[in-house]
Amino acid sequence: MNSKEAVIRTEGVTKIYDSGEVQVEALKGIDLAINPGELLAIMGASGSGKSTMLNIFGCLDYPSRGDYFLDGIHVNDLDRDQLADIRNRKIGFVFQGFNLLARTTAFENVELPLLYTRNVPNQDINLLTRQALERVGLTDRAQHYPNQLSGGQQQRVAIARALVNQPAIILADEPTGNLDTRTSIEIMATFQELNRQGITIILVTHEHDIADYCHRVIEFRDGLIIRDQALPHPHDAAKDLETGQWKTFAGQGVPS
Amino acid sequence: MKWKNLIKVAFKSIVKNKMRTLLTMLGIIIGVAAVIVMVAIGKGAEQRIQNQIASMGTNLIMVFPGSMQSRGVHMGSDQGVRLTLDDVEWLKKNSTLLEAISPVVRSGVQVIGGSGNWNSSVYGVSESYLAIRDWKLSSGDFFTANDIRAQSKICVIGQTLVKNLFANEDPVGRQLRLRNVPFRVIGVLKERGQSAFGQDQDDVIIAPYSTVYYRLSGQPHIHQILARAASLNQMEQAQAEITSIMRESHKLAEGEDADFTVRNQTDIASTAQETTRVLTILLASIASISLLVGGIGIMNIMLVSVTERTHEIGIRMAVGARSRDILVQFLIEAIVLSLSGGLIGVMIGFGATYIVHLATDWNTVIAMENVLLSFGFAGAVGVFFGYYPARKAAALNPIEALRYE
Repeated sequence: MNSKEAVIRTEGVTKIYDSGEVQVEALKGIDLAINPGELLAIMGASGSGKSTMLNIFGCLDYPSRGDYFLDGIHVNDLDRDQLADIRNRKIGFVFQGFNLLARTTAFENVELPLLYTRNVPNQDINLLTRQALERVGLTDRAQHYPNQLSGGQQQRVAIARALVNQPAIILADEPTGNLDTRTSIEIMATFQELNRQGITIILVTHEHDIADYCHRVIEFRDGLIIRDQALPHPHDAAKDLETGQWKTFAGQGVPS
Repeated sequence: MKWKNLIKVAFKSIVKNKMRTLLTMLGIIIGVAAVIVMVAIGKGAEQRIQNQIASMGTNLIMVFPGSMQSRGVHMGSDQGVRLTLDDVEWLKKNSTLLEAISPVVRSGVQVIGGSGNWNSSVYGVSESYLAIRDWKLSSGDFFTANDIRAQSKICVIGQTLVKNLFANEDPVGRQLRLRNVPFRVIGVLKERGQSAFGQDQDDVIIAPYSTVYYRLSGQPHIHQILARAASLNQMEQAQAEITSIMRESHKLAEGEDADFTVRNQTDIASTAQETTRVLTILLASIASISLLVGGIGIMNIMLVSVTERTHEIGIRMAVGARSRDILVQFLIEAIVLSLSGGLIGVMIGFGATYIVHLATDWNTVIAMENVLLSFGFAGAVGVFFGYYPARKAAALNPIEALRYE
């Protein structure tokens, strides 16, 4: 896998928050490479720097020092508008709180990124939106509003929205944080399925049970990576749902 | 982002918040409607006065005694120099551009007759007076040149006298006593209403000028000469002709100030119009202030809306909206709000103008250019007051906006 060009590469990435009097070093020189097709979990306590890392991965923020390459693009050099375009075309976000637009149908939520993409014909917008909804199994919920959908369905709408622009990576910030165990595993099954189709997924989680479904786990503490471990035999979420295996570790999802 | 999509997004967000949309538009609606109603009332007053002045008679030329020029010390128009019946004869003999000429001898009288008495004015005029003033009779006849020669004691009266002395019965053939001189009523004038200066034009008695001059007025002069120019295009020449004939009649030397004034109804109209134009501008500026306040209302709601929708803006930015996309979305929302408000305001303005017209019987005139102007102004208000909130939205940091609950 190392022979491939990394989809995410950081070299000495440091992030310093300067609030005038106090300087907080949230990231202290991160060197990391993530290859296409990985399903990677980022773990760590609050304040460990994992959210800051995700913001930089997601081109929502610049590193203070060091270089960040996304899909071969040197992100440090880009201006605000170019960052917006990168987010639009290369990155799909999935959030803990779903972050769907209220009073807006599932279909309209999913098509949103396409509306901000330049040069997409309207018939393509329609087609891509329907395909994305189909991939998360929500074709029949297209005209529902978020408040008419369960938490798991809402999160799958969010995943469809992340998918719709065929991004290089999907960044999921505690995607199962607001969901019960069964729904969490359903979401992980969706992620595993998408990953099998070749999509690179990076997810931040507190829960080891969730991380167990990934191929690689990175743990942050105090702005540094303290663990970077490959999991050769991750759990299979679809199989767990089938066998009811998940019930046995219900309640064990203790934050690390 | 494509314009079409931006407009779609802006429209969706407006439709999704109906109550907020309505409240935001209310200020603009009221502002635009107020401008339209106020200007319609002002314009209506303007037009009414124009009509009234036109109703004095078309091609009407008036000659007053005394000079209206204000060089040096001048006497009031009724003092000093007089107009006389000789002037009228002189004009009749020498003028070529005048169709009809009539002296006016005025006298205030107490009228006794019918069911009581009434204080009114008697106007002594010639047989062509009705033609000069564009006036018609509602019943009876007018007097003739023969009656003038004979100094007949006959008269034609206005509707106000009919109402007050004869309780609306036809007074033709009845007697009136003007300062104890008996007059027979031979005709009734059609109703004319108030003059441009608030005078009741129907409170009149019209009689042959010879009768009034010799039997009632007791003064050796006349008050006014009325003339009708043969054509509207020759008003100025006719006025010049009157001036030169009058100077001859009054034996004025070259360069000497005229001791009379010649005016036509357009001179008077322009004075009156000036007054009503000021009124229109005043009304319009008061109404414009409400439009401005409406604009501030839009800004206020848009600012609240930016705060309220910070999270939404964060989501949009996360999925790839550029700052400009957010700016344009909010700007379009503001413009659509103010333009739809303007459109509704125009419709309500039309309705309210009609209601004002029905309720008060005032003349109202809706000028299309004013409607377009206030509609355009509403749009401009949207851009102006929408820009600051839109800028604020566009400048949000996506991370903080996403974290905002």
